[in-house]
Amino acid sequence: MSAPLAEIRGLSVSYLRDDARSFALRDVDLDIAKGRRLAVIGESGSGKSTLALALAGLLPPQARIEGSIGWPGLAKPPVAGRDIGMVFQDPGGSLNPVLTIGEQVAEGAVRHLGLDWRAARSHALTLLERVRIPDPQAALRAYPHQFSGGQRQRIGIAAAIAARPGLLIADEPTSALDMVVQAEIVALLDELVREAGMTLVFITHDIALASGFADDIAVFQRAQLVEKGAAQAVLAQPAHACTKRLLAAQIDFSTPRLIDGVADV
Amino acid sequence: MHRALTLTRRRIVSSIPVLLIVIVGTFLLLEAAPGDAVDAYLLSLGGGDAGLVAELRQSYGLDQSLLKRLTLYVGALLRFDLGWSVTFDRPVLDLIAERLPNTLWLMGAATALAFSLGSFLGIVAGARPGSLTDRALSTGSLALYAVPSFWLGLVLVLVFAVDLRWFPTAGIETIASGKTGLARVADIAWHLVLPVSALGFIYLALFLRMMRTGMTEAWRQDFVLFARAKGLARRRIVLRHVARNALLPLVTMLGLQAAAMLGGSVVVESVFAIPGFGRLAHEAVSGRDAPLLTGIIIVSAMLVIVVNLLVDIAYAALDPRVGSGEAAS
Repeated sequence: MSAPLAEIRGLSVSYLRDDARSFALRDVDLDIAKGRRLAVIGESGSGKSTLALALAGLLPPQARIEGSIGWPGLAKPPVAGRDIGMVFQDPGGSLNPVLTIGEQVAEGAVRHLGLDWRAARSHALTLLERVRIPDPQAALRAYPHQFSGGQRQRIGIAAAIAARPGLLIADEPTSALDMVVQAEIVALLDELVREAGMTLVFITHDIALASGFADDIAVFQRAQLVEKGAAQAVLAQPAHACTKRLLAAQIDFSTPRLIDGVADV
Repeated sequence: MHRALTLTRRRIVSSIPVLLIVIVGTFLLLEAAPGDAVDAYLLSLGGGDAGLVAELRQSYGLDQSLLKRLTLYVGALLRFDLGWSVTFDRPVLDLIAERLPNTLWLMGAATALAFSLGSFLGIVAGARPGSLTDRALSTGSLALYAVPSFWLGLVLVLVFAVDLRWFPTAGIETIASGKTGLARVADIAWHLVLPVSALGFIYLALFLRMMRTGMTEAWRQDFVLFARAKGLARRRIVLRHVARNALLPLVTMLGLQAAAMLGGSVVVESVFAIPGFGRLAHEAVSGRDAPLLTGIIIVSAMLVIVVNLLVDIAYAALDPRVGSGEAAS
């Protein structure tokens, strides 16, 4: 196996709250293999989003960071946007409501690819076609409120990959969307990553969603990495209680009712 | 463009009842106030007999019934006739046409100063909330905001007109200077520097603080995090993503300020002896000049309506979510 893209060693992120340190991540060791898809799984507050921000260098200034993130797979330390693309959870909030879609997709390309605005806009047009936005030409001049949640997330993905980053981090990209749209977004990410040979870090609380297309899985619980390994191995033989619980918590038709005493409608 | 037209039409239609309420309300309010123009006139004469009073009332039409006078007044308004000023013995429209431009220049320049410099300094402060620059600007603007405009006006006069002699102490232009064209414009501009500063700097603080607060909020938005994740230049994040969104409430404020500034101009016009609209209102009140005062109030109301219409159009241009027929989410 070649050198990993990123080597996380002893990474701890903490915040000072009422004179006590509270850890968002504690002593994490993890490699991100180049060209593979890593699913980072955990419940709310398990530190998985902090990991995403730490990788992209976007932690707030008051965060205390210990340990290291090395990038043996890159010649230079990564720059957010150019080397790392980010897709966020809320597709409504992650687009600026008063700027056109064209500007928001193109601005990353202007910054990192050295394109002028005209060239960047035609690049944005190609990207919008690739993420299958209907009538991409008109979409360039449109504003976020004119699109549905799923479409906004596609636009967010287009903006995130505008500068052709080698690593794409998707932080709960489908949690705010309904089931059908979720599947479409996952399929789109899968396709884009495959085509461009990107490395994908997919952060989710939904182990079923991750199990479908991840190569590797890392499970987080209360700021700590509790289990990591190849997806098949982890899913078939979960070693840690947390992973077992996450697997057991999947809701399907055999799941007992969450609310008792509700008559069938 | 289509949105602006729809907005304009809707606003003009809705402003008709507003104006009607203003007209009738002012008319009734002045009616309820004790004393009329004849009382004020007699007071200036030192008294008069009952015959003279009745004669004067009759000649002004003050002996007619309330409803009759109101109908007459509204009828004249429809012909753009604002009536006759009792104190100045001239048509009200002429007086307003003479005084309004001075105030419009004063207000326009003060608003431009307050808005441009205020939002600029607000962006400087809001670019790094909590920084030393931010704290200095925020504290300074608070101090400025606490200062009354007449006091600021007097201090400016003392320093820049009396001591340094850079600017004139009062007036709108050099009297009987015979200046025309560009020289006259320059003369008026020179006279307006101090009053515009006195009026503008107070409101500057308001715009500064609003911009700063808006930016502090905008920094917490997801799209700013996304902009940072795109690795954009800091300047672009501050201006296009943070300040651009914080600008929207400022534009709304601009419309509200127009009305407040019209009131505030009375004080500044008095301090700087500018023959403006605010002083005219003051003179109309002291002369119990009902037609003049009603005319002034109607024109002020129209002014505020027009300014707010312009503000709404500007807002619609700045915020694509407005008037698009879809709910903003």
